[in-house]
Amino acid sequence: MNREQVAAQVKQILGEKIIAFHQKSDRRIFLEVQSGDILEVTRILFHDLKARFHIASGVDTPEGIEILYHWAFDACNCVLTVRTKLDRNKPEIESCAPLYKAMEWIEREMWELLGIQFKNHPDLRHLLLKDDWPAGKYPLRRDYLPEAANGQKINLPADEAKNE
Amino acid sequence: MSKRSIIPIGPYHALQEEPEFFKLHVEGEKVVGLDIELGYNHRGIEKLSESKHYDQTVFLVERICGICSTSHPIACVQAIEDAGDIEVPERALYIRSIIGELERIHSHMLWLGLAGHFLGFNTVWMWAWRHREEVLNVFELITGNRNHYAMMKAGGVRRDIKAEDIPTIKKMVADLKAPLTLFKKTVADDPVIQARTKGVGVLSAQQVIDYAALGPTARASGVKIDVRRDHPHAAYGLVDWDVITAQNGDVFDKAVVRILEMFESIRIIEQCLDKLKTVTGSVDSNPKEVKPGEGVGLYEAPRGEVFHYIRSDGTNRPARHKVRAPSFMNVITDREAVIGHTVADATIILAAVDPCYCCTERMAAVDVYSGRRVFTAADMIKCSQQKTAELRKKLGAHGPKLNIA
Repeated sequence: MNREQVAAQVKQILGEKIIAFHQKSDRRIFLEVQSGDILEVTRILFHDLKARFHIASGVDTPEGIEILYHWAFDACNCVLTVRTKLDRNKPEIESCAPLYKAMEWIEREMWELLGIQFKNHPDLRHLLLKDDWPAGKYPLRRDYLPEAANGQKINLPADEAKNE
Repeated sequence: MSKRSIIPIGPYHALQEEPEFFKLHVEGEKVVGLDIELGYNHRGIEKLSESKHYDQTVFLVERICGICSTSHPIACVQAIEDAGDIEVPERALYIRSIIGELERIHSHMLWLGLAGHFLGFNTVWMWAWRHREEVLNVFELITGNRNHYAMMKAGGVRRDIKAEDIPTIKKMVADLKAPLTLFKKTVADDPVIQARTKGVGVLSAQQVIDYAALGPTARASGVKIDVRRDHPHAAYGLVDWDVITAQNGDVFDKAVVRILEMFESIRIIEQCLDKLKTVTGSVDSNPKEVKPGEGVGLYEAPRGEVFHYIRSDGTNRPARHKVRAPSFMNVITDREAVIGHTVADATIILAAVDPCYCCTERMAAVDVYSGRRVFTAADMIKCSQQKTAELRKKLGAHGPKLNIA
């Protein structure tokens, strides 16, 4: 399967599910799907198209919280990124970990760092942060303010750079 | 029902470089479960990276790991170049590959030495680390540093390799072949190493696919993936080399794959050095800005694929920088590989994926019912080394032959 075939096949199989398609270069494809379709899209990419999961990146943007699922097509030097947008006030999505074990840890990471709820995750608990991390504080959100143990605000290097 | 105990290994891991916490669930000698806890080394690098400009970002990610310290920078600059459509001069690509492959050799040697130590072959450990020093000497010659080479930047590399240094570097690299051949023979011929590693910690090809495991961990199970071949970057598409695979997925095959890979690395380095004689010009395209966009950078680190994602909003800082190290995908496979083995074997199985080494030795086994300490860190390694000693006695062997001329 070469790169053109991958792009064509992905378009054909996913069909209506794709709400935006962008071929950035011949080796990089970005597409967007509804968050409700993610389980089916993951199943198709993993089982039918035999793609390999790189990782997922969660991004906090002004429009909402984005999850980017990066997939590798190793046979043809192509990286496919599936984008889905979640409501910032109630970020919730179906967990793909029961389908694909490789997603188990990254979903735990996105849950604790960005506050995305993964429904039906087999083992949703802290991965990187300490077990008694305060609920409702998500360090990778844009509005997160780090606090010292005494409750005082800590200046991040980013804030200092802005003030300069 | 037999009594189940939990052996906590960590948080400062006696065997591996990162503080990670393994809880071995054992019934008698047999391991029946594994719980892995991470996060003792979480430094918030992704968040920190958003406050750095692109040149600083590369230095920051170089500090993620002390052993594969050029893997993250290569993946990171490639992500920046991908996002901003930045060209890289051909000469810089060869230099990137040379640095990357030298690093693979010293990283694999470090692992080989440790694996030897855990099995009770301290001679292998001493010799592997002695010859690793020679690789670091090459680094010192090229970059001025023995570790953290600071060579990568978006658009090229920071230092050129001088023409007059090439013969010296070639000689130093060629001199590595003799000790590598020695290690190859030691692992292949020694009956005790085979008895300790063959059929131990097996990961099937299907498990590799299910967990998306990477690097030598995947290739030892017969899954032929290597980002250097599959997604050519740096100079890997321009030189001739082979992807090494093995079939059994046990600790032995993981060692074999790593040893044979070092020979391929030498092949790559030699070809790249030859190319440097004819490919001349600048080593840096000196990009002035990174235009808005998204980019992905892949690099095959010694442990497997490193993945970087960069989103640029047109400013001089990344709007989002995602980093995924190979151990993130590989360590979780331990929970499949370790089940059913003995505690003595767990030591080497947990080390076999080569999870990324620098921590204090502190390990304790606690009887969950009485809370009494039954094992210490030293006991755990002793336990593994003892097994080797017993095997050695049984087989009448006397350990690896290391006849150094």
